[in-house]
Amino acid sequence: MGHIKLTNVIKSFGAIDVLHGINLEINDGEFVVFVGPSGCGKSTLLRTIAGLEKPTGGDLAIDGKIVNDVPAADRGLAMVFQSYALYPHMSVRQNLAFGLENTRMPQAEIAERIAEAARMLEIEPYLDRRPGQLSGGQRQRVAIGRAIVRRPVAFLLDEPLSNLDAELRGSTRAELAALHARLSATMIYVTHDQIEAMTLADRIVVLRAGRIEQIGTPLELYNRPANRFVAGFIGSPHMNFLEGAVEAVHPEKAVATLVGGHRLEFPVAGATIETGSRITLGVRPQHICLGSGENSIPAKIRLVEALGSETVLHADVAGQKILVVAPGQHDLSPGLDIALSLSTAPIHLFNERGLRL
Amino acid sequence: MKAETPRPAGSGFGEAIMVPVRLAMGLVDAPLRWVQRKLGLGGMAAFFLLPNMLIFGIFVLLPFFINFAYSMTGGTALFLDDRTFVGTDQYARLFDCSNYIDPNSCTEDTFWTAVGNTAWFVVLQVTLMILFSLVTALILNRELMARSFWRAVFFFPVLLSPVVVGLIWKWILQRQGLLNFALYGFGFEPYTWLNDRNWAFAAAVGVSIWAHMGFYTLILLAGLQAIPKDLYEAAEMDGTRPARAFWRITLPLLMPNLLVVIVLVLIRAVQIFDEVYVLTGGGPGTSTLYLTQYIYETGFATQLRNPGLAAAASILMGMVLVVLTLIQLGLGRSSEKKGSRK
Amino acid sequence: MSRIAAFIFRRKGRNGWHWTDIVTWIWLVGGLLIMFGPAVWLVGSSFKSPAALAEFPPTILPYVTQKATVEGYDKPLDLYDATLPDGSKAVLAEVRRIGVISQMVDPEKPGEIIKVNISQRTPVRTMAFATTNYTEPFTHFDFVRYLWNSVFVTVTATLITLVVNSMAAFALSKYEFRGRTFAMLLILATLMVPLSVIMVPLYSIVSALGLFNNLWGVILPTVATPTGVFILRQYMLTIPDELIDAARMDKASEWQIYWRIVLPLTAPALAVLAIFSVVWRWNDFLWPLIVLSRKELYTLQVGLSIYSGELNVQWHFILAMTVVTMIPVVLVFIFLQRFITTGIAGTGLK
Repeated sequence: MGHIKLTNVIKSFGAIDVLHGINLEINDGEFVVFVGPSGCGKSTLLRTIAGLEKPTGGDLAIDGKIVNDVPAADRGLAMVFQSYALYPHMSVRQNLAFGLENTRMPQAEIAERIAEAARMLEIEPYLDRRPGQLSGGQRQRVAIGRAIVRRPVAFLLDEPLSNLDAELRGSTRAELAALHARLSATMIYVTHDQIEAMTLADRIVVLRAGRIEQIGTPLELYNRPANRFVAGFIGSPHMNFLEGAVEAVHPEKAVATLVGGHRLEFPVAGATIETGSRITLGVRPQHICLGSGENSIPAKIRLVEALGSETVLHADVAGQKILVVAPGQHDLSPGLDIALSLSTAPIHLFNERGLRL
Repeated sequence: MKAETPRPAGSGFGEAIMVPVRLAMGLVDAPLRWVQRKLGLGGMAAFFLLPNMLIFGIFVLLPFFINFAYSMTGGTALFLDDRTFVGTDQYARLFDCSNYIDPNSCTEDTFWTAVGNTAWFVVLQVTLMILFSLVTALILNRELMARSFWRAVFFFPVLLSPVVVGLIWKWILQRQGLLNFALYGFGFEPYTWLNDRNWAFAAAVGVSIWAHMGFYTLILLAGLQAIPKDLYEAAEMDGTRPARAFWRITLPLLMPNLLVVIVLVLIRAVQIFDEVYVLTGGGPGTSTLYLTQYIYETGFATQLRNPGLAAAASILMGMVLVVLTLIQLGLGRSSEKKGSRK
Repeated sequence: MSRIAAFIFRRKGRNGWHWTDIVTWIWLVGGLLIMFGPAVWLVGSSFKSPAALAEFPPTILPYVTQKATVEGYDKPLDLYDATLPDGSKAVLAEVRRIGVISQMVDPEKPGEIIKVNISQRTPVRTMAFATTNYTEPFTHFDFVRYLWNSVFVTVTATLITLVVNSMAAFALSKYEFRGRTFAMLLILATLMVPLSVIMVPLYSIVSALGLFNNLWGVILPTVATPTGVFILRQYMLTIPDELIDAARMDKASEWQIYWRIVLPLTAPALAVLAIFSVVWRWNDFLWPLIVLSRKELYTLQVGLSIYSGELNVQWHFILAMTVVTMIPVVLVFIFLQRFITTGIAGTGLK
């Protein structure tokens, strides 16, 4: 019930390849988020699963059955669209009933399902209104309700929160998580917002230019990004990357010379590193401490953003930009020379091609 | 939010009307689902397009192409199979004149009379039509009380049928008609206007302007209203005189609309028939005989009908219209481009 | 032209009457008289009796001469206010007229003939609406038939136009398929082929299909209108494709998407097309004139023009029936004018 498997799925529009061989298995009841920058193919991938786009190659199986040639209507999936796509000429009730009537379901059962969904989503007072008379958040609920009443094999959600204001987005996100827990149905969720991905997903699929960059749980992605792209995409503000070359390799530690001449020690942790090779060191802004000491580098402050609970420093390490998030408030001003300590920071290593070492 | 009160979708009356429609559409749905399964989405596109294309093919495209065949055949028979091939004889007959300046010297003198009449008609009618509708549009674009009422006044005759238009004016221009009554008040003797060659021609031009001018006024008015008011305010701040503002702001910005209107009026004027046919029947004599009437009478109405000749004449007229329409489409495109550049 | 330019610059609050204001109002009032006057005159005249129609100078309102039945005379006689030779006045009935002398009788004393100079008498007139102008054509002529034919043609053609054009517009706006641009161009190219150019072959095709002297022969060639497809398509392009996708996910068939989602959302454009179609079909003249040669099939337009072309024109009936023919269009004008004017301004079509 809700197991979806993609084998080498390819999609191209004319001469333009949008998806290059996607392999992915989604388990029943899983909440999977497709995340990536705009144009990465995540929406196309979702629409291909939905059946609204036909894959150019590869196989798509739902519950073990190949559904390449099954029309969207017969795949048993339900979709929530970015614009909600509510039928403007029908009342909320009719919007919810439309899909059920198409399956020739008895009226009594339709009414029952609508009542249940309306109760769950707290949209009962609006059932006889038209979408045009509802607020953005209410429309959003109706769009989800339209999917719920169908009792689909899986829910497909295409950037469902992107049309809401920031506050509403936060609360709706929590409700969606609760809904998933309650329905325990498979959900596939597309977003370009990594915070949504991190908070909602059981597993995240990071896409770039039609290829899967990494699949994993949110923390796996955060802690062990497979490549520079994933490392930069997940986490906010994004990870700092310092370019350099390996100077010496010891059993536990290695030393790199950064562009600009500063030396930095970093743990090797089993990675094979060759002396003299070019390397990128990734450090999250939150993991850098202010203050000199062991394994520190000098930096010049360019900009100070005091947010109250934390201070964001934009600094410059011999020509390379670095971002530091320091908890609390600091009396610093641009132009000041400071020292940044990386002694306690987890350091991610990437080779020349951006792959994790 | 606009309306807070919940409104049930669809009123009772509308719902009642929709019941049989729903039923019919529902009944059609089941077989069409089957068709959809067989044909797929692309096939359904063809299905939706089919009825229109079929009708369009039979009643527009097919006649368009066999029209050329007709123009190459002779005799009075109706169906193409029964007609004899005569090559370009029909065209030769149309162009057979001993003196190309005098239509009476041609074999088909009525054709050339019709061509001449139509040419004069087009020149007069198009000039006056543009003038009147432009002036009316400019006046309606002023800050008027009850502008929509005045717009309606000038638009009213546009909806009337040509037959009604023809009859109204035939009634007014007749000997005991309103016009003679009005002139009688100024001491003129009653006159049978439509029995006078020149007056009948003038009446044809005037009546067709009366009937259609509201339509073009509306298009021009829309163009005028699209000109941003602040342009005039800026011109006024610059000390531009009103006349100069008209020539340098109004006219250039209205030009795309004006050109489209000119070509539309031209296309219609070349095809003039209905209201004049009812008004004068082409008379007196052949003084208001225009091309469409010539084609109609040659092809259908006369005892010795000659469909081939009518087809040849209609193709000649069609060529003129195609040129005009292409100009119009070109103008429309260039004005669209201008619009998108803004 | 500089004077016209001045119109544009008129501002509210300008004091006094500028000469352009005077020109404007002359133009508007003149326009009111010329545009509405003829129709009003037509309606007024349609209520006049044949005798009143033949009068010159005509009266604005319909008057008839009063008649009285006088003992000893078969027909009712016209009543006149006459000035008798002795200078007294009386209401007399005219028996006959010889030259300038009218022979009259007093209806009270029918035996005695009174001779009166015709300059000494004026008819006794009352206002009367000759409603028989309206009732007779419907009872004695085929006008009910014509009316029915016109209504049938208009309603049927409009319904088919709406269905067929909206289906084509749906295909051309919501599906991607090869040849879509070509189909659209082909439809637009039809604009270049007006009836006057193809009437000869069209006539033969309609005859070959057995539709000559058949109302369907009038209806079918008119229903695949390029303008209809065009305005509907432009409107449908504004319906978001996500709605169609949502309906597909909701298990709707393509046919259901067409009539339950797309058609209701296209209602405003459909209304405009319906109004246009009604006016077009109601007013059609040349094509019905060609296809219909049997009297009982005439539409109102054809019937009217044929009757008015007869040698002995019965103007009192023609005028009344012209008014009847005008009624639907005038109703459309009064109630739906706003739709039409915005439709024209928006699309430039007629």
